Amino acid sequence: MRAPLSWIKEFVDIPTSITAEQISDGLIRVGFEVEEIIKQGADLTGPLVFAKVLSIEEITEFKKPIRYVGIDCGEKETRFVICGATNFVVGDLVVAALPGAVLPGDFAIGARETYGKTSNGMICSARELGLGDDHSGIMTFAEGTVKIGDDAIAGLMINDIIFDVAVNPDRGYALSIRGIAREVAGSLGLKYTDPVDALRKLTFAETGKGVTAKIEDKSTASVFYLRTLSHFDSSATTPLWMRRRIEKMGMRSISLVVDVTNYVMLELGQPLHAFDKSKIKGGLTIKRAGKAQPFTTLDGQVRQLDPDDLMVCDDAQPLALAGTMGGATSEISETTTEIALEAVRFDPICVAKNSRRHKLSSEASRRLERSVDPSLAQYASARFVQLLTENSSAVHVATVVDGEPIFSPVVKLDPAYISRTLGVEVAPATIAEVLRTIGCDVNEKSFEVDPPAWRSDLLTPADFTEEVARMIGYDKIPSILPPRPLHASLTPTQKRRRAIAQMLASRGLAEVQTFPFTNQETIDSMGFVGERAATYRIANPMSEEFPLMRVHLVPGLVEVAQRNISRGAKDFAIFEMGSIFRSSQKLVPFISPDISKRPDQKIIDQIFASVPPQAYHVAGLLVGKVENEDWQGKARAYTWQDAIAYAQDILQLCNLQWTVKRSDFAPWHPGRCAELIIDGKAVAHAGELHPRIVAKYGLPERSVAFAVGLSALPDSGLVRPTTVGTMPAALQDVALIVDADVTSAQVETALRAGAGELLESITLFDRYDKLGDGKISLAFSLVFRAPDRTLTGAEVTAMRESAVAAAVKATGAILRTA
Amino acid sequence: MNPADIASWISDAQKAFSAAADLDQLKVARLAHTGDKAPISLASRSLGTLSPEEKASAGKLIGDAKAAIAQALASATEKLEASRDAKVLLEEVVDITLPVLRTHRGGLHPISIIKNEISDFFIEQGYAVEEGPELESGWLNFDALNIPADHPARTMQDTFFIEPVESGVVLRTHTSPVQIRTMLTQKPPIYVICPGRTFRADELDATHSPVFHQVEGLVVDKGITMAHLKGTLDNFARHMFGPDVTTRLRPSFFPFTEPSAEVDIFFNNRWIEWGGCGMVNPKVLAPCGIDTDIYSGFAFGMGLERTLMVRHGITDMHDIVEGDLRFTRQFGVGL
Repeated sequence: MRAPLSWIKEFVDIPTSITAEQISDGLIRVGFEVEEIIKQGADLTGPLVFAKVLSIEEITEFKKPIRYVGIDCGEKETRFVICGATNFVVGDLVVAALPGAVLPGDFAIGARETYGKTSNGMICSARELGLGDDHSGIMTFAEGTVKIGDDAIAGLMINDIIFDVAVNPDRGYALSIRGIAREVAGSLGLKYTDPVDALRKLTFAETGKGVTAKIEDKSTASVFYLRTLSHFDSSATTPLWMRRRIEKMGMRSISLVVDVTNYVMLELGQPLHAFDKSKIKGGLTIKRAGKAQPFTTLDGQVRQLDPDDLMVCDDAQPLALAGTMGGATSEISETTTEIALEAVRFDPICVAKNSRRHKLSSEASRRLERSVDPSLAQYASARFVQLLTENSSAVHVATVVDGEPIFSPVVKLDPAYISRTLGVEVAPATIAEVLRTIGCDVNEKSFEVDPPAWRSDLLTPADFTEEVARMIGYDKIPSILPPRPLHASLTPTQKRRRAIAQMLASRGLAEVQTFPFTNQETIDSMGFVGERAATYRIANPMSEEFPLMRVHLVPGLVEVAQRNISRGAKDFAIFEMGSIFRSSQKLVPFISPDISKRPDQKIIDQIFASVPPQAYHVAGLLVGKVENEDWQGKARAYTWQDAIAYAQDILQLCNLQWTVKRSDFAPWHPGRCAELIIDGKAVAHAGELHPRIVAKYGLPERSVAFAVGLSALPDSGLVRPTTVGTMPAALQDVALIVDADVTSAQVETALRAGAGELLESITLFDRYDKLGDGKISLAFSLVFRAPDRTLTGAEVTAMRESAVAAAVKATGAILRTA
Repeated sequence: MNPADIASWISDAQKAFSAAADLDQLKVARLAHTGDKAPISLASRSLGTLSPEEKASAGKLIGDAKAAIAQALASATEKLEASRDAKVLLEEVVDITLPVLRTHRGGLHPISIIKNEISDFFIEQGYAVEEGPELESGWLNFDALNIPADHPARTMQDTFFIEPVESGVVLRTHTSPVQIRTMLTQKPPIYVICPGRTFRADELDATHSPVFHQVEGLVVDKGITMAHLKGTLDNFARHMFGPDVTTRLRPSFFPFTEPSAEVDIFFNNRWIEWGGCGMVNPKVLAPCGIDTDIYSGFAFGMGLERTLMVRHGITDMHDIVEGDLRFTRQFGVGL
């Protein structure tokens, strides 16, 4: 929302000693962020004069149209200038910058040779003068609005300060000069005159019969003012002061009737809509569209109406999308002589829905969906009649009203609540004074507060507390630490995640965080199928390239790896921790319980259950060499063992027990993927990536990866350590020959089972696969120890033999001798 | 057995030992002066031919002489061994400035680091760290936070919706639903922070990302005031930006707080918008079943990316989201 200082001053007595920066600081203090202070004209010096176009010579030998224009600047002789715009004709009034002038951007104007002519100045567009973005052509003015030879800097009221203010959604009233001026006055303690005061008593003589107005359902609009005017001559032009104010607000002057509706909206905050009365069949009614049908709005777009859309209709058809945009059929045109002016206090939600359904946010809808002062339907429409009749031949015919304004209820306040909430003692008298400043009526005895018509947001004690706080200043609130609990700590899950990340990071893996979006092609090329491929789709994704939620962390790591490789990295290891989103649960229609009190526990449980589980994973991708190669020599490449070791390290860090089996599991190499199992549940996979994926994504050959489902891990139990044995240990080595498809885990499990409970540890110390004949040799060291005695040779031999026997039985192993 | 001879044997041996330049020469001298043919050895062997009286006095002379020679040998050996060792160590000198680190440098993502740092700061003050799901119920993300459907505030946050949209499931637009979950499942006093990943349909550019992180704080207790909010933010800001930072609260609007404020920090000589905050709107406490006659609360929230960028002078969001190792590794593990 823009607000020119010259306009604010109409309603606030601002002493000249107060600077633009002080006004800006004041607005910020009371909650209005000033995004920019535009000092219009500060970088512009004359001479800048109004001129009349006397002659136009079209120069055609250049790529673009060029005009050599003769202009009357009120000087003795005609002045000639070169111009690239073509939006004017002989007789038009324009603005000319004469040699010596400096336009914004340090653009000095001088007499110069160009396009084979001498250009003695320049005729200007709004943008060239720093007055706006309009660069579609030079500024032109209607006959009678400006005088040839006059100083245009003064004439166009260029020198002004314009505040660009961000208005929060709860403060719709401040989308008007009336509202901003009130805040300026309130923040600086200055005298404010409400422009509405002058309109309250305004009445117009009835000279005929007006168009009828009706609200079909009073929940959609509370009050409808419809003012009919006649004898309008469309040759009437917008006075320059009004046009300039509209332009300073960032809008364009269009025609007198439209300009007056916009001017009143900007001044007071009430959107107005003017219909060409001759196009109205019968009267106007505010009602729902009722059925789907095409409707052409003022912007020329044909829109398909929803039966629920709120419309302003005549007896035959919808004429306007209520509070949002008028329709093309009843638009004001050059032939309009009779006008029906609509001012309605629409229900904000109805307008918001209209605007949302048609993706059409207009100046009107922006205000109406933030709630407009209900008394303004009367006063703003009166202001329209006042301004239009003053500036044209139009005559008021009649005013028809349906409904009546509904105001916010009186609220009973407890002044102590305000002090208690703010943590600073605010005297009741101060509270009363502050609330009066913002327009409330306050009964200081009962503390019944009647909020002003424009503040439909003031409903609860908390709302009034904010008003008091911002007007006394948030800086008056002291800074105190609250009483706090004596202790808190991370949860075991949070500690675990942190420890895992720390371990991986300190072992050379760099953490990355990728967007959790993916697409079907990635899911397919990674080889995910079935429930591992099913996921949720985003209805409105950032790009159609990534419309799905990720089902796994490895694809994101692959993408980051590709990016790093493309930037020159060769050997590295990365990891990510985060949620994945497999659609294990069908989403159900939402329930939306009322928020005035706590919903039933059953409803709360249903809401919690409506959110699908989102598993938390950690995954790593290791590419290239395990170390950087340098003067110390070559380094080995990452292998499947490294990936499996990381996965096992993570489980070990969590103090868990697991078993390992080979698994054919995407996106890994079917022969080189380990599945880690805890309590019968697969919790992790690791190994070499599938060669097809490695090739497709251009990763170094034999890149490896691991993924651990952290939310699937059981809690680490309380450790109950076994006693540390101090008796001597007995070491026994056994070498077993088995078929190559027997796993070391199978052999080890069998040895453990057979060795009995005095086995302290078992280590595979050699693996030999060159025996041929489909056989391999696995050699284990077994350490036995008894808690209470030195083991005898016979005991140890017996245990060893029992272990070997178990392995023979379970795996067909043959004890290797010598 | 002339004592003068014996004395000369001793001094000859001492001279020869100290003249030895290295252990090899010392060996030659040792054989010459203590070996079988050495005068002292010959004299020692001839003791047997003497009378018992002579034997006693000569034996003592020879014994003393042997001890003196042995001592001279030991000290020469020690000296030469030390110098030999020194020479060897000198020869074994290496260039210890050679680059030896060849392991990959790992590191945590800076967002994780700052999240840990903030969590630790609040845990030390008795706050628990609460987390919640990223796909979230629309009721928890909006309605329960007093953001009704069709309220303009709902469009302030460009939301990603999950199909079917009738499910109301969204990618959470803030971590505030974690506050609601906390209040629905715990009883006051509540002192929590909620860090986490959030989503809004903003194009990725130098300062925005559709996927970003927030940390929010929530306190609900008896007698909580806006002064407590201010104190907490001041303390937090000083922890994050140093002891000289100052804060400013500016009136603002959030549906879930009333009064609401923006919190700005004065850092590096300018005011920077850091986050939003306010007193928890009683309309939000109500659906959580918290008795507003007894309890009041405050809440605040800020972006982790923004905090990181401001504090570390990072100017491009792309560096934070792209996962370039050269960026991440600079942060180490946050120690």
